[in-house]
Amino acid sequence: MVKFVENELQNIRKEISDMWMLVYEQLDNAYKSVLNADVTLAEQVAAREKRVNAFELKIDSDIEDFIALYNPVAVDLRFALAMLKINNNLERIGDYADSIARFVLRTELKPADRVLFEQLKLQQMYETALTMLKTTLSSLEHHDIAQAKSVFEIDETLDAINDQAIDVLVAYATEHPDAVRLCIELAGVFRKLERTGDHINNLAEETVFYIDAEVLKHRRTLAKDGDEA
Amino acid sequence: MNKIEAKNVDFYYGSFHALKGINIAIPTGEVVAFIGPSGCGKSTFLRLFNRMNDLIPGARLEGQILIDGNDIYDRSVDVDVLRRGVGMVFQRPNPFPKSIFENVAYGLRVNGVKDKAFISQRVEEALTSAALWTEVKDKLKESAYALSGGQQQRLCIARAMAVQPSVLLMDEPASALDPISTAKIEELICELSSQTTIVIVTHSMQQAARVSNKTAFFYLGEMVEYGETKKIFTNPEKEATQNYITGRFG
Repeated sequence: MVKFVENELQNIRKEISDMWMLVYEQLDNAYKSVLNADVTLAEQVAAREKRVNAFELKIDSDIEDFIALYNPVAVDLRFALAMLKINNNLERIGDYADSIARFVLRTELKPADRVLFEQLKLQQMYETALTMLKTTLSSLEHHDIAQAKSVFEIDETLDAINDQAIDVLVAYATEHPDAVRLCIELAGVFRKLERTGDHINNLAEETVFYIDAEVLKHRRTLAKDGDEA
Repeated sequence: MNKIEAKNVDFYYGSFHALKGINIAIPTGEVVAFIGPSGCGKSTFLRLFNRMNDLIPGARLEGQILIDGNDIYDRSVDVDVLRRGVGMVFQRPNPFPKSIFENVAYGLRVNGVKDKAFISQRVEEALTSAALWTEVKDKLKESAYALSGGQQQRLCIARAMAVQPSVLLMDEPASALDPISTAKIEELICELSSQTTIVIVTHSMQQAARVSNKTAFFYLGEMVEYGETKKIFTNPEKEATQNYITGRFG
């Protein structure tokens, strides 16, 4: 019985890890496709989105089977519940990568746009999101709660960059009326990266729940609201 | 308020130290499950609550067991009177070789009740509370042995409930039953908990999780952990408890 359970847990762990790396790669490639106006890479990201979706369904199904067949309790139950949610959050991040790639496919980006990207701190935004994603995976693999919680602070950088990006885009659109559409699309990209940060926070919260049974969901938001009040 | 309290309980079978320093408080009206691997002492502990171990040669108890605040091992306690208030259901159904009616009426009769109308009423009430009345009301004079295993077990519960005990002890009451009979016994436990405090020993983790409010985990004669069932099965305090309930040892 124990050996069977361990095998199942190991299998789910590996699948989640693979899904995580797939989504990381998607997000990274989506970034590179924006930065280099690389349509081929953007097409690849869009095509691999189907793989992300299929992987999500496979993992969901495997976790459902694990719960039905092995009736997990305590740490095993928390693992199963946390991995279900982590899986769903990863899929959403995959969706954002796909949306960003599709922005590249429908927009003719020019080398001059790189100056705007620099003003927007696109590189910093992207690198922060990717770091958060990698840090959270590491925290899960090493059962490191402190590392998982560290991403909450990093997420504030994403929020700040997103906030200032709106101001930059408004100013740019005012100066370049022909670029209004591009600015609106870029606002969407930043919004998606900011939401990616929120989903990575969820990944970290679920990691902490699995390891330590501590429920952080909404609690951090409530605490923040309390501080503001 | 606590129905049962054990204070510093140690129990020995001759030189074997079967229970070590157990302290527990079981609140009135709760369902408490005892879990743990075979030989951990959970059944021994359960049987102390109605002095079932008294006649075992070389058995020795230290510490106190209180029911309603009274030490049940006090010299002044009449064991028959104690057992009237503390019923017990065993792993295998053990109906008497009598009719269904007489099985349930037995406890009342040995307690000197002679009023036939009263006995009939209590038998019906007990069989109803054991969810058996509709199945047996037309064959009360038939032998209890004619019933299925699940029905026999519910008959034993009805027999125990006929004298209106304030505590019901159950030692793996569904381990010999099929899933449907098991489900009926579990439903019964939930319903009876409004009338009596129930302590159940079970080897089924899922059963303990389904029926009990509190769970105690025993290992090698010690009570490792005791707490709310929800807590024990989602986030136990002790690693040993987690290892046991997740099937990693035991």
